[in-house]
Amino acid sequence: MSQISVTRSTLLKDLRMEWRSKDAINSMLFFSLLVVVIFSFAFNPTAEESRQIAGGLVWVAFLFAAVVALNQTWARELRNQVLDAYRVSPAPPNALFLAKVLGNFLFVVILEALMAPLFVVFYQLRSVGPVWQLAVVALLGTWALVVNGTFFAALSIRTRSREIMLPLILFPISIPALLAMVDSTTTILTGDGTPDFWLKMLLVYDVVFTLVCLLLFETVLNAE
Amino acid sequence: MKSLSIAFVIFTLALLGFSTYQALVVAPTEQTMGEVQRIFYYHVPSAWVAGLCFAVNFLASVVYLWKRSLNADAVAAASAEVGVVFCTIVLITGPIWARPVWGIWWTWDARLTTTLVLWLIYVSYLVLRRFAAGGQTQVLAAALAIFGFVDVPIVYMSIRWFRTQHPQPVMGGGQNSGLAPEMLHAFLWNLLAFTFVGICFIVARYRLQLMENKVEAAHAQLALQGGAR
Repeated sequence: MSQISVTRSTLLKDLRMEWRSKDAINSMLFFSLLVVVIFSFAFNPTAEESRQIAGGLVWVAFLFAAVVALNQTWARELRNQVLDAYRVSPAPPNALFLAKVLGNFLFVVILEALMAPLFVVFYQLRSVGPVWQLAVVALLGTWALVVNGTFFAALSIRTRSREIMLPLILFPISIPALLAMVDSTTTILTGDGTPDFWLKMLLVYDVVFTLVCLLLFETVLNAE
Repeated sequence: MKSLSIAFVIFTLALLGFSTYQALVVAPTEQTMGEVQRIFYYHVPSAWVAGLCFAVNFLASVVYLWKRSLNADAVAAASAEVGVVFCTIVLITGPIWARPVWGIWWTWDARLTTTLVLWLIYVSYLVLRRFAAGGQTQVLAAALAIFGFVDVPIVYMSIRWFRTQHPQPVMGGGQNSGLAPEMLHAFLWNLLAFTFVGICFIVARYRLQLMENKVEAAHAQLALQGGAR
């Protein structure tokens, strides 16, 4: 089977399962809604203040919510030894990895699209800079979180305390990406300066870590 | 072999004694900062050893993935642990110096933050090693080591941009940088001594790791044979 057909069929299978159960998207949505409400109580910001802190709030909420979905990525494949079956099949491992990354990417982007209006309402956000740049930040930033997150989920699924392990190894590595996402969002919202450097940073981060993931995934999948 | 390593340890201790003498007695007291500046002779060499350890960890991880040799993995485990210890020393001695000189314990400047993130990354590496199950530990740890090492320059670049007001490095920095010759002398001796201490630690930890591997293998063998334990 070719790379593309494996990726497509795995992705479609995951999307279909998610469409029927809506496990990941519902738990992410509810989780980030809780974060929005709790942060709002904790900081109680004015419109001007929230423009300053929104970048941080939004991305911390999405990061935590993404971990919920990422943790479920491989758990499903462990049942009935699907991963073992995959390992003995001639299908290319990176096709499986890419399908999982694309699936998670879609879930998190949908989550962001649904949550963005809520943030705007609860924090009285109005962007001074161009809004379309926020979409670029969201796409690049989400890819940065999801590509490493999917890989590390494959690592943490093999450890003793699965669910706790993922954030422990994902967050330190993601610090530069998170910094870039938060700072570029704040720059766009407040309108002082351009986010160009941060966008380039995110692009470099995405390219570098996508390559590292693709390079190492087969090794990790076959780890005994 | 054993007498060789004892000789090496004795030599390292002698070197450390000499370099401590150089740093605390021979080197002149700094004019504006006073005695607290002497922490520099421990702070910077520790940072150097930590960096060295993390580089060794990366190389050993690559070698492990390539050759699948358990010795390379033991080197990786040993160097990561020793690196975290020295990185911790850096993170503790830094604020002790910063409080009287800068007036604050901590600032989110580029090099401080990078060191902290570096420490976080390698602590997470050690956590993964501790929690990974059985024979997969080495592969998973090696993969994470590569991620961590690739991340370091990106972290540095991003935080440098985030906090552009970072202070100049003391050496090889701006025009006013540089050390008095006696200070440089003491500094270089300490750098050498700390490098030797780091090597001693890594070798000791490496041997311990090999012993741990043997014990684990023996336990596994016993369990396979249906032993009592």
